[in-house]
Amino acid sequence: MIMTMVQAVNQALAQEMERDDRYILLGEDVGRDGGVFRVTEGLVDKFGPERIIDTPLAESAAVGAAIGMTALGLRPIVEIQFMGFIYPAFNQIISHAARLRNRTRGRFPVPLTIRTPYGAGIRALEHHSESTEALFCQIPGLTVVVPSDPADAKGLLIASLRSEDPVIFLEPTRLYRAEKQEVPEALFEVPLGKARIIREGKDVTVIAWGAMIPVARKAAEAARAEGIEAEIVDLRTLSPMDGETIVGSVTKTGRAVVLHEAPKTCGLGAEIAALIGERALLRLKAPVLRVTGPDITVPLPKSEDYYYPGPERLVRAVRELMEY
Amino acid sequence: MMERFDPFKGERLQVLDEGGRVQTGLDPGLPDEVLRKMYEAMLATRVADAKAFKLQRQGRMGTYPPSLGHEACQVGVASALAADDWIFPYFRDLGVYITLGYPLSDYFHYWMGNEAGLRTPEGLNIYPLAIPVASQILHAVGAGLAANYRKLQIAVAATFGDGATSEGDFHEAMNFAGVFRTPNVFICYNNQFAISVPRSRQTASATIAGKASAYGFRGIQVDGNDVLAVWTAVKEAAEAARRGGGPTLIEAYTYRMGDHTTSDDASRYRAGEEVREWESKDPIRRLQAYLKTKGLWDEGFERGLQEKAAALVEKAVEAAEARPAATVDDVFAFTYAAMPPNLREEMADLKAFLKGGSR
Repeated sequence: MIMTMVQAVNQALAQEMERDDRYILLGEDVGRDGGVFRVTEGLVDKFGPERIIDTPLAESAAVGAAIGMTALGLRPIVEIQFMGFIYPAFNQIISHAARLRNRTRGRFPVPLTIRTPYGAGIRALEHHSESTEALFCQIPGLTVVVPSDPADAKGLLIASLRSEDPVIFLEPTRLYRAEKQEVPEALFEVPLGKARIIREGKDVTVIAWGAMIPVARKAAEAARAEGIEAEIVDLRTLSPMDGETIVGSVTKTGRAVVLHEAPKTCGLGAEIAALIGERALLRLKAPVLRVTGPDITVPLPKSEDYYYPGPERLVRAVRELMEY
Repeated sequence: MMERFDPFKGERLQVLDEGGRVQTGLDPGLPDEVLRKMYEAMLATRVADAKAFKLQRQGRMGTYPPSLGHEACQVGVASALAADDWIFPYFRDLGVYITLGYPLSDYFHYWMGNEAGLRTPEGLNIYPLAIPVASQILHAVGAGLAANYRKLQIAVAATFGDGATSEGDFHEAMNFAGVFRTPNVFICYNNQFAISVPRSRQTASATIAGKASAYGFRGIQVDGNDVLAVWTAVKEAAEAARRGGGPTLIEAYTYRMGDHTTSDDASRYRAGEEVREWESKDPIRRLQAYLKTKGLWDEGFERGLQEKAAALVEKAVEAAEARPAATVDDVFAFTYAAMPPNLREEMADLKAFLKGGSR
C-alpha cells in the first residue's frame, strides 16, 4: 500500500501490538487524540486504554514507569511529544534504561522504545525543532535509530520494538507527510546497526540520515549536472554506528561530507570524520567536510532558513571537495 | 489502622514505645517465630553493616552508605511483603536485602566494586538498588501499572529517604500512582538528613505522610524505630494494594545514626547531643525489650544470634573477596544484548594492550 511515514509508523505499531500483548504504548495525548501528529490514531480503539495509556504530563514519569514495566516482562513504547521535551526524562534514560542490563549483568534488560519526532524545517514553535541525537549517541547501551522514508520507518520501528535494548527512535517531523511510498503490508524488520547506500556514485560520499536524506538526494542530482557522481549513505542507525559501510564507501570515493541539521560542534559529523580519519586516511583525496546547522539555537520560523542546511550548501561542499 | 492515625492531626503509629512496651490494642499478634526472625534479621543487618564500615576503613570495600538506625524500617518493610510482591529499594537498604534472603556475599561484592553483585538471583523480586535519588519510585509505579495490566494480585514497594521527596521524580511518581491507582506501597525513611541538609530544608510540609493527600491517596506516619509499627502499616498497605485499593505513602520517622556514607563526617553539621538522644530510641533494643517481656529473649538466645550473625557475615566477606575479579569480557558484554562492532573492536584493543601487544 502507498502510505506516508505517519501511516507506516501507525501500521507498524498496530501490527506489532496485535502480535504481542506485552507491548504497552504510553505518552501524552496518544489515546483519544491519536497523538499530536496522529501517529497513534485508532490504536486506543483497537487495544483499549489499558494498552494505549494517556499519561499525566510528565516525561520522566512516562519513561521511568516504562522502565518499571520491563521488570514484569512488558515491552513498553513511550511517545515523547517532541524531542525538545525529552530532556526531563534524561535521568531515566541515561541513568537507568541505558545501564540496567550492564549493572545487573543481564538480569534486568530494558526492552523499551522511545519514539519522538525531531528536527527543524516545519516552521514550528520554539523547542519543537530540536535535533539533539548526538546527546544520545554518547550514551553506552542506547540504540539510536532514524528512518528516512515510510518503508524504512516501518521496518526499523519493528526491529526497534523487538530489540532487547532501549532504542531512541527519532521520527523526522519534516518527512511525516512529505512523501508517500509503497510499504509492504506484512511485518518486516530492517536490521538495526546497518546503514544503506541509497545512491551509488564514484566521486564523493555523502553521509546523512532522517530528514537530511531528501536534501542529499537533491544535491546529488544537482551535482550530477556538473558531472559529479555522489554516493549517499543513509546511516539509519546512528548508534551503534555502521562504520564498515561508511569506510567502505569512502575508500571507494576518496571524498566524504557529512550532512546533519544538528549544530556542528560535537555533532555526529565529528565522530564520522574521526572514524574516516582513523580507517581511511590514505584513501582520502581531500579533508572530510561537514555541512551542518551552525552552533546556534534553532531560530524561530522567520529565520529558520539561515539555519537549515539545504541542497545548495551541500553542493558547494561537494564542489569544494572535487576542487581540492 | 490508616484511618486511625491522621498525619494532619500530628498522629503517628507506634506499636512499641521506647521502652518496648506494647500500646494497648495495637499488638499485631505476630507468631513468636516471626518476631524472633525479625529480631534476627535486624541483628544481622547491624552486624553486617558494621562489618561493611570496617571493610571500607581497611580499604577492602568502596564508599558505603551505613544503615545504622534503619534496621526497624528495613526489616519491617521486607517482613511485611509476600513472596510475589516486588520491591524497588534505594542505596541504604541492607536490611531489606538480608530479610528477603539476597545473598549477602553478592551485596558485599557489589559495594566492593563489582556489578556482578547486583544480579538479583532468579525468583527474588528485588530490583537493583537505585543511586540517583527518587528515580526508583517511578520504576515501582511502572511495575504497579504492569501488575494491574496483567491482573496480578501483588504489591509493589519502593523505599527512599526524606531528601527524595524534594525531587521531581517523587512528585511525578506519586501523581501517576494516584491517577492510575497503582498497587504501590511507598515507604519514606525520614531519617532527618539528606547528607547534611536537614528535613526542614526539604519541605515546609508538617509531615511527609501528609503529602499523600494531595495525590489522592492514603498517607500515614509511623515510628520508624518500631519494627512492629512499620510492619503493621506496610502489611495493611500491601493488602490494600493487592485488593485494588491503590497506593499508600508511609513515612517512617527515624534517624540516620551513621554518616551519610563512609566519605561523610556528620559531626560537621549536627550535634552529638541529638545523636545521643536518638540512641535511646534504638530499634533493636526496643524489640529486644518486647521479646523479653514475652519470654522470647534471654542471654543465651542473644549470644546464639550474635554468633550466627557473625558467622554469616564472615562467610559472606570471604565469599565476596574470593570471587574472581571482573574480566574485560564482563565489562563489555552487558552493554547490549549483542555486542556491536565498535565494542568488539574496543574490547579486542584493550585485551591486546593489557597483554602488552600492539594493535
